[in-house]
Amino acid sequence: MAVVEFKGKKFEVDEDGFLQRFEDWCPEWVEYVKESEGIKEITEDHQKVIDFLQDYYKKNGIAPMVRILSKVTGYKLKQIYELFPSGPGKGACKMAGLPKPTGCV
Amino acid sequence: MPKHETPLLDQLESGPWPSFVSEIKRQSEARHQKQNEVEYQIPVDVCDDVLGVLEMSYNDGTCHWKHGGIVGVFGYGGGVIGRYCDQPDKFPGVAHFHTVRVNQPAGKYYTTEYLRQLCDLWDFRGSGLTNMHGSTGDIVLLGTRTEQLEEIFGVLTHEMNQDLGGSGSNLRTPACCLGESRCEFACYDTQELCYQLTMEYQDELHRPAFPYKFKFKFDGCPNGCVASIARSDMSFIGTWRDEIRIDQEAVAAYIGGELKPNAGAHADGEWGPFDIQKEVIDLCPSQCMSLEDGKLVIDNKECVRCMHCINTMPRALRIGNDRGLSILVGAKAPILDGAQMSSLLVPFIKVEPPYDEIKEVIENVWDWWMEEGKNRERLGETIKRLSFQKLLEVTGIKPMPQHVQEPRHNPYIFWKEEEVPGGWQRDIKEFRKLHQR
Ligand code: HEM
Ligand code: HEM
Ligand code: SF4
Ligand code: SF4
Repeated sequence: MAVVEFKGKKFEVDEDGFLQRFEDWCPEWVEYVKESEGIKEITEDHQKVIDFLQDYYKKNGIAPMVRILSKVTGYKLKQIYELFPSGPGKGACKMAGLPKPTGCV
Repeated sequence: MPKHETPLLDQLESGPWPSFVSEIKRQSEARHQKQNEVEYQIPVDVCDDVLGVLEMSYNDGTCHWKHGGIVGVFGYGGGVIGRYCDQPDKFPGVAHFHTVRVNQPAGKYYTTEYLRQLCDLWDFRGSGLTNMHGSTGDIVLLGTRTEQLEEIFGVLTHEMNQDLGGSGSNLRTPACCLGESRCEFACYDTQELCYQLTMEYQDELHRPAFPYKFKFKFDGCPNGCVASIARSDMSFIGTWRDEIRIDQEAVAAYIGGELKPNAGAHADGEWGPFDIQKEVIDLCPSQCMSLEDGKLVIDNKECVRCMHCINTMPRALRIGNDRGLSILVGAKAPILDGAQMSSLLVPFIKVEPPYDEIKEVIENVWDWWMEEGKNRERLGETIKRLSFQKLLEVTGIKPMPQHVQEPRHNPYIFWKEEEVPGGWQRDIKEFRKLHQR
């Protein structure tokens, strides 16, 4: 597994650039990832999505379904892609430090 | 000199069937000799390492790809299947080996010009190996590195006017039988409907918004050449509702032996001369055919449009003129709660651009399933859990006998409160006035 360094922090990541451990997440992680996810500036809207994903994950141990993400944050899927060009899974979940989506993707 | 010894795979080069091993070796050779005069963007020995890792799997009987993989292109939530080798040091050529799904044309008709352009792109930025085609229908470009994905997508869209296919919890790439393009059984233009619905639902295809995957497939008639009834959550199967057209002269030609039954499909067996009674009339599942004074008679109101007689005597019997399709829903593979084929939802619907009636059925089903479907629950499972009746309600379709193969045999029947005089609110005291404890 690769280790990346950013602003004095170390992150262990897999080939797809997902954090290996949710506990390693910190705000610097978001700064580090944003470019590779096609994001210039982290806005309040970005932060709202990230915060919700983290809360949901801590509470339920899984990432929310897209429908629930939309419902709770109030962002339609189209807006989520405007915020996170690679989508809620590869984009938002990665930045929020959640484990990599699995299954028949 | 090959990069890896492959004694087990080498055995698969003998025998009459086209050998995938020989083909991959040829591709490997071509890359090493730079036959195509391109500057390869991924390791030149990718094909050698594919064979190497496969030989290793043949030896130890286990797969050498790591679990999962999340890669893609900006704007889309699917289309690329990421994959990494679990022996990257031994086989660096396939350390990354992602699969790109490319949306195929309906019916899979190509020009060599298009295919050459695609091969040029793939030689340059991929392994040169493909799957023509994935079972869902996509052109599958087999093996490239992450850095190449946006590059490939750029060429596909800008230069070839060609989009990716679907993957993930979304509408997957629709596919159809070749339909009216070269089949006289086709009851509607499968390619056109497949194309139009693919275009209509691009958003649903590229950006996963569903509880789970969802597939469309389009068969022109009940023969099911694209197997929609088994391999799509929503199966569109052509049919007709008037009479089978009979050409009595051609019937006589079959009886007389001038025309071969089933268009000669059984010509290599010893089946004896054609016997219309035995091979058609007695095999009709609804027993609605007869021969009267040498003329074939069909009682069409009893015909279930199974295709058998038409398949057997294609020159004499033809589909009716009042055509449309049936919509069936829910087919899926065994995971989680068992395999399902699709169940009849709409017995007959006309197929007329802009297909509003068909879209209405689709969207009613989606509205319901997107709201009620559980995480990773296929439509077929949602129907099992919440009932076929609920599906009828949300699609506004009236229950009819055609919806069942047979009625239920258990008496656990739910009633709606409003259907029952007096409703569910009962007072035990009222009951006790007539019935002492
Ligand atoms: C639980 C996990 C999975 C299940 C149940 C599953 C199931 C299926 C099924 C049933 C099909 C055939 C679809 C059809 O015939 O219409 C299919 C196709 C395919 N699957 Fe999976 N799959 C899973 C995971 C994966 C993974 C992890 C990969 C790759 C890393 C993968 C790659 C493919 C490919 C390349 C195809 C053919 C695609 C195409 O036809 O376009 N699958 N899968
Ligand atoms: C209007 C009169 C009756 C009604 C509506 C009625 C209804 C029912 C129902 C709904 C069950 C449950 C079935 C199940 O869960 O599988 C049941 C079971 C049963 N009833 Fe009745 N019942 C009636 C009269 C009777 C009478 C008069 C007897 C005996 C003299 C009786 C003996 C039983 C027995 C032994 C069972 C259990 C059967 C089993 O578990 O296999 N019932 N009844
Ligand atoms: S499904 Fe029917 S219409 Fe389509 S190709 Fe097969 S036989 Fe012809
Ligand atoms: S289509 Fe099938 S059911 Fe109808 S008449 Fe022919 S054999 Fe009988």
